[in-house]
Amino acid sequence: MASARATKRFMKLAFTPMAIFTVVLVVPFATGFYYTFTDWDGFESTKLVGFDNYIKSFKDPTFWSTLRFTTLFVVVSLVIVNLVAFGLALIVTSSLRSKNILRTFFFVPNLIGGVVLGVIWQFIFNSAIVALANKYNWEIFKQSWLQDTNKAFWALIIVTVWQSSGYMMIIYITGLISIEQDVLEASQIDGASPLRTLLTIKIPLMAQAFTIALFLTLRGGFMAYDVNVALTGGGPFRTTELISLHIFQDAFANGNFGTGQSKAVVMFFIVALAALVQVSISKRYEVQR
Amino acid sequence: MRVKRSVGKKVTFIVGLILAFAYIFPFFLVFVNSLKLKPEVLANPLALPSHITWDNFSQALTKMNFFRSLTNSIIITVLSVSMLIIFSSMLAYYLARTKNKLSKYIFLILVTSMIVPFQALMIPFMARFAQFVSWNNRGALIFFYIGFGTALSTFLYHGFISNIPTEIDEAASIDGASDMVAFWRIIFPMMRPITATVAIINALWIWNDFLLPRLVLTNETQTLPLSTYLFYGQYTVEYGQVMAGLVLAVIPIVIFYLILQKQFISGISQGAVK
Repeated sequence: MASARATKRFMKLAFTPMAIFTVVLVVPFATGFYYTFTDWDGFESTKLVGFDNYIKSFKDPTFWSTLRFTTLFVVVSLVIVNLVAFGLALIVTSSLRSKNILRTFFFVPNLIGGVVLGVIWQFIFNSAIVALANKYNWEIFKQSWLQDTNKAFWALIIVTVWQSSGYMMIIYITGLISIEQDVLEASQIDGASPLRTLLTIKIPLMAQAFTIALFLTLRGGFMAYDVNVALTGGGPFRTTELISLHIFQDAFANGNFGTGQSKAVVMFFIVALAALVQVSISKRYEVQR
Repeated sequence: MRVKRSVGKKVTFIVGLILAFAYIFPFFLVFVNSLKLKPEVLANPLALPSHITWDNFSQALTKMNFFRSLTNSIIITVLSVSMLIIFSSMLAYYLARTKNKLSKYIFLILVTSMIVPFQALMIPFMARFAQFVSWNNRGALIFFYIGFGTALSTFLYHGFISNIPTEIDEAASIDGASDMVAFWRIIFPMMRPITATVAIINALWIWNDFLLPRLVLTNETQTLPLSTYLFYGQYTVEYGQVMAGLVLAVIPIVIFYLILQKQFISGISQGAVK
């Protein structure tokens, strides 16, 4: 009787979303994993091939350079985005009268999708800056940054920082204002300098905000696609392809569904592992209140 | 002490001002150049237009099919977000109020699934759903968004429902209300703050999403990011028109943000802390 009622409850409340979730997410994930061990060509698979697809993927030198480029991108963007975002959060939670309007400005790039942002910055790097450099004779800007792999890397970082620091700022603001006022007053009475208060009281008490923001930037860095496509398109000569774009090109442009999907599975394991390590390290710094 | 603090305040203010300027400047640049003719853009991108032309905008409006893309974006975002709210709030209610093995496993699977990057599914995904997509690609896209958005939305609702005392449900059930009636008439209206959060987080994601629409949609059903990207690719050298197109692409969401600013900020901080 009780279980009949439970079943009825499940059917009414949970069945539809779980069915859609399973069809859209669970089934493709499982079949995708299975396909990597077959000779799947995007339409059908005839036999199991063991680890062939993975071996082929790891023998592809462009895959290695993509992995290196992506790792570098994730690490650098993670550090800079969070430093900038934390700085913005400090400015916006200070006693400035203009703090609300500043917060509005810092958040705006975040509203707009990576593609539109990427295109805006492509115009800036390719046309606006180059036109100015020729006019005023600035050597480093005379050739577009997007035509040089190293400079294009920094262009990607600049746009990513500009885009996502506003979002992370909100998370840090939430952390900063959750600190109890009496703790801060006590430290002020004890004569702690603002820097000292920041380092030994505020940051430890808001460690949870760091856990979340670091997790989101880590995941976002590995999954970055839109800015990459719109800003550099992977060029010059596929040297600035992040892993997402690399997989997309491998599968949909070159028709290598087997290796494309194996690389995607590798990406999944890298993201899961990195996130797990990061969260478990960050959690250790969180203070129980 | 007081002098020192007011100096610090001034420094903060100046740094903040410079940064705010840097954050806004790219948009300013785009807007200024959208009002110029092509040679003027190239001569000096920073200068104000010597004579304002709106011609770029009328060109961009037709060439990127602005109103068609805007309508598509609105339809897809509104339908996906509403369905996500309906389904995930019910699912969360079920998970929070039913304590058995099944609900525990479902919750665990949902939370774990949030770490799976879309890229890990997209290839088998497109192969599997090719037929569905060719039959009705907007419908398919909405269906996919419901699938991908369920985990996070349910998770957010779950946290909120867990804080609503069960006595409220019990009272309703004693009064003879069924599960559905109790949920929609009593619990759901209490969840307005978290519904706002779920709506904003999902709307921002779906409105700006590019990769999935790029795989799924055709010409007639393009969303705004897609048509902006294609328009840019096709007319890159028509600087003025491209800039006008970018202004058009940015305006709707910025207006929406300025109207609902408070909800945006609190929505994101709620969503992150949970």
